[in-house]
Amino acid sequence: MSEDMWELRLYVAGQTVKSMTALANLKTYCEKHLKGRYRLEIIDLLQHPQLAEGDQILAIPTLVRKMPAPIRRVIGDLSNHERVLVGLDLRSIDPS
Amino acid sequence: MSNQPLPRITPFSQLPKALTGIEGLDEITEGGLPLGRPTLVCGSAGCGKTLLGIEFLVRGILDHDEPGVLMAFEETAAELSANVASLGFDLPQLVADKKLRLDHVHIDRTEIDETGEYDLEGLFIRLGYAIDTIGAKRVVLDTIESLFSGFSNEAVLRSEIRRLFRWLKDKGVTTVITAERGDGTLTRQGLEEYVSDCVILLDNRVIDQITTRRLRIVKYRGSTHGTNEYPYIITEEGLSVLPVTSLKLEHTVSDEVISTGVPDLDGMFRRGGLYQGSSSLITGTAGTAKTTLASSFALEACRRGERCLFFVFEESPAQLLRNMATVGIDLQPFVESGQLRIEASRPTLNGLERHLVTIHRLIGQFKPQTVIIDPISNLVSVGSHSEVSSMLTRLVDFLKVQGINALFTALVSGNRAQQEMTDEGISSLVDTWIHVRDLEGVGERNRGISILKARGMAHSNQVREFEVTERGIRLLDVLVGPTGIITGASRLAQHIQEQARQIANEQEAERRDRDLERKRRVLEATIANLRTEFESVEEELRRVNSEEQQRHSTMAEERRQLGHSFSDHPPTTPNGSGA
Repeated sequence: MSEDMWELRLYVAGQTVKSMTALANLKTYCEKHLKGRYRLEIIDLLQHPQLAEGDQILAIPTLVRKMPAPIRRVIGDLSNHERVLVGLDLRSIDPS
Repeated sequence: MSNQPLPRITPFSQLPKALTGIEGLDEITEGGLPLGRPTLVCGSAGCGKTLLGIEFLVRGILDHDEPGVLMAFEETAAELSANVASLGFDLPQLVADKKLRLDHVHIDRTEIDETGEYDLEGLFIRLGYAIDTIGAKRVVLDTIESLFSGFSNEAVLRSEIRRLFRWLKDKGVTTVITAERGDGTLTRQGLEEYVSDCVILLDNRVIDQITTRRLRIVKYRGSTHGTNEYPYIITEEGLSVLPVTSLKLEHTVSDEVISTGVPDLDGMFRRGGLYQGSSSLITGTAGTAKTTLASSFALEACRRGERCLFFVFEESPAQLLRNMATVGIDLQPFVESGQLRIEASRPTLNGLERHLVTIHRLIGQFKPQTVIIDPISNLVSVGSHSEVSSMLTRLVDFLKVQGINALFTALVSGNRAQQEMTDEGISSLVDTWIHVRDLEGVGERNRGISILKARGMAHSNQVREFEVTERGIRLLDVLVGPTGIITGASRLAQHIQEQARQIANEQEAERRDRDLERKRRVLEATIANLRTEFESVEEELRRVNSEEQQRHSTMAEERRQLGHSFSDHPPTTPNGSGA
């Protein structure tokens, strides 16, 4: 059960165009591939700058897959579908 | 990110600077790195870039109470702490005191998938947060070029890095950015394009199997700076840069005169010694008592109550003490009282720069009024000619500026003595140059001393023979023979000859005296004879005279009587008929 549960964390810095695009794209993927099996946390670093160090955030936006292990990181506004799927290793879960 | 006023504005018109606290670097940069601006430090591997950065931060915290942030892209905080712990930098303690923040930025290409547009705002936020939480004034980014290995979109990276430097400037933090040296460029990624205020180049060179590290300020906008390549080394106390020469020749001079420790030698100088705070050089071939002369100088300095630092490159301190005690130079009590410090090391133990730094450091610690280096010529074995020369220049300069009496000895090989020292260039640096040499002749060697130069003082032009006796060094009087100056056994021969001559002279004089006496006596005897003779003649004459007179008076009497008789009765005798 827990293996199927995805924990995703999206780091943004304010309401920038890139952040909004990334969030919109992410929601699309999740609804399409992981419906009901994911938890999404959005962290605005402008409000919580101390969190940047923990997850080694450099680029904004960054999507971190906390679960399932291993931790994976995807940066950018998630507009490149192929890369997002490869980066998050989504295909293996849902080979449709 | 708004334009904040710079935290510290210095009143003078010069560019405000932040002291690095790194030995020597502040002198070359004339006051430190540009305040509130980024400085690029580039160099190849093993140059000490990271160390420079860390020292900049630590000294800032300890000396100027300016908190700092270290953003490390290559090493973790624990690794960094361990690396610099040997230098006495306690990073974890500084972190605990909230004076320092270490932030390790981990970059791994395999963990990063780029899926579209991004920027590095996360880095800005991290750095900004770190700066704000401790109120940092100094930031070190080590090595920001690592970003290029993590991100493939170079265009974004470059614009972001440009933005980062702008942002750091606006924040008013003094930043040091380290970068790896590139091929033909200062940095691999051409970072120098973005950092235009101050660029420092570190270089690690191996010449003749000896590594020398050099530092050069490539540019420093808005400020003058030393432009040469300055050797630097990494010591137990961090980085140490050595300005090749002090930039000015402005040291004050003393009019006081100090003794060389050899009274007779003092006498060869018009003012009776060396100027205080001057540098002197004793050159000579092997075994001409250079060290003994130097030790006399040391002893004299100690007797004056000065502290004296004695560097020996040939003997151990114990050996020196023993050897000098045999010639009546007893340094032991001063070593025990702490007035004299003897530092012995092999010249080949260290590179030239390290020797110089050691000397500098010991002088800084011990604060001597007199420094002796015996011999400087041994240092030639660890460096090239020009390096030795530049090192000695620096050393002599340093000592002069400090007003320290300096004495160097140098071993020179026989006939090329003067030329060699001129090659090394030290002869032009020192104020007094004393040369000791062998005077060989009639089957023996003697030692001669002469003064080749003495700035600002008249001096004897004689080559004086000297002896190393049980009571130190003694100069002998000049003895000029028919073929020049006489030394050693010839001196003795000359002495005996002179004695013989003197005795002969005395005898001759006595003989003459006796002769005279004899003549006088003979003369006197003759005079007495003559006088006796004269007396007898005189007596004879007187006798003849009186007889004559008598006869006269007798005849007159007779004539009178005769006349009487005529008047009484006519003369009867035929005798009186004619009258």
